[in-house]
Amino acid sequence: MDDILSYPFFQRALLGALIIGFTNGCFSAYVVLKRSALVAGSLSHALLPGIAGGILVAGSLTAWSAFLGALIAALVVVLASLAVARSSRLDQGTSLAVIFTIAFAAGLIMLKYVPVQVKLEDYLFGDILNISTTDLWVAFGIGVVTLTLTTALQRPILLTLFEPSVAAAQGVPVRALNYLIMTLLVLVMISSLQAVGCILALGLVVAPGATVFLLTNSTRAMFWGGGALGAAGAAGGMWIAHWGEFRPGAVITVLLGAAFLLAFFFGPRSGFFRRTGG
Amino acid sequence: MNTAAAADSGHCDHCAHHHELQVNGLSVAYQEIRALEGVSFATSCGNTVALIGPNGAGKSTLLKAIAGLVPRSAGSILWRGVKVAQWHREFAYLPQREDVDWSFPVTVRGLVEMGRYSQLGWWRRWRAVDEEKVLEAMKSMHLEGLENRQISELSGGQQQRAFIARALAQEAHVLMLDEPFNGLDRPARENLAALLRQQAAEGRLVIASHHDLNTVADLFDEVLILNRRAVAFGPVQEVFTESNLALAYG
Repeated sequence: MDDILSYPFFQRALLGALIIGFTNGCFSAYVVLKRSALVAGSLSHALLPGIAGGILVAGSLTAWSAFLGALIAALVVVLASLAVARSSRLDQGTSLAVIFTIAFAAGLIMLKYVPVQVKLEDYLFGDILNISTTDLWVAFGIGVVTLTLTTALQRPILLTLFEPSVAAAQGVPVRALNYLIMTLLVLVMISSLQAVGCILALGLVVAPGATVFLLTNSTRAMFWGGGALGAAGAAGGMWIAHWGEFRPGAVITVLLGAAFLLAFFFGPRSGFFRRTGG
Repeated sequence: MNTAAAADSGHCDHCAHHHELQVNGLSVAYQEIRALEGVSFATSCGNTVALIGPNGAGKSTLLKAIAGLVPRSAGSILWRGVKVAQWHREFAYLPQREDVDWSFPVTVRGLVEMGRYSQLGWWRRWRAVDEEKVLEAMKSMHLEGLENRQISELSGGQQQRAFIARALAQEAHVLMLDEPFNGLDRPARENLAALLRQQAAEGRLVIASHHDLNTVADLFDEVLILNRRAVAFGPVQEVFTESNLALAYG
């Protein structure tokens, strides 16, 4: 078991899991506070046609074609759903649900025409053991940008999340901040694609924040605690996956899910058993 | 020099004319719907003003329009003789209970600290003066011992006091409260009323929307009767009459 650490591919994968888990975990605090889990879910599905489209346009699968394709597809899905919601009687949740399912289905059809040998499963469920140095740099870059911006803009973001209209009155550019948070959400989800795939990416960007939210009254603790939990879940999941020869993405998600359930049932503040007195 | 010092500290016993709030012909429209039309009134620091009127009369809208939370389609607001463009740091709006996300992970202290953000901007470091203002504000609202409570773990009266403390930390001179007495039992209501009177006595202007007509005379000095337009404004004894109420409530 210890030997595995001496393999460069595993070192890369473990480092990748730590970076991705930490970035997603920190950012999940904002996803939970902004009540954007549904949007994140839609985005995760939009990543698939994005990657497929990226390959079709670029002719091959590179970190950049996947990145740009996923980014464009995610933005198209979000903006299209906003446009539909604003110009019809449908709410954004409904229009998102319709549009992301279509996008995902279109992605499945596009895969038939993708020239390179792509294993669908790797996109759906991740393939962190094959993470390349370029992927690692992309994940690192996204992590640095996300954490720098969210830390630097902590006060206006906090005001915006808590009281958007008061924030706006005080001169905080609420709309711009919302777009920024959405863009960062797309970025962190793309970074987790390699680790857990587009379906499970949702867990990584929601579960850590949701778990810590059950345990703390502080946004700062939610942010950093979410990061620590995400990193621990990702690294722990790698070990267990290696030991049991499971798919790492699935184990990472199950671990984070277990942490969530523990917090839900046994949390000292608002745990289920606390409240019911059981 | 003395006048300036008094003005800065918010105590304006001798300089009420410096602390006048003038609302002139204020109109607000939400798309096609006219929520407020040509509302005018003037009052000054040291007063507690009740804003009454039937549902949909625009009470919340008027508070939000003065606070700069909703765009004004016409009219102007003058504070201490100077036109207020959008938002003034000396104005604080305290939201209605239903409009607050009580599950938000913020403690009493965290909430009061937010009051300092407008002074600190986005990046400036927390200073000794910020700490002092936060502690002072919590003390004057009797929130000692509750600093680390999450905001949903407070009683209704404590929640109102926490938001007032945030306004004090912001060094606001005009406190605009949206239905602050809603859902409070009698002791909590009287306690809050006393604290608001104290704020007025210290030289602040307190404006609150209020729907319980039975308590207007007990709680406020002045009243603005509203039904999209200003029906009447003045001291409670003079203006809070059957005929004026009939005009507004029909």
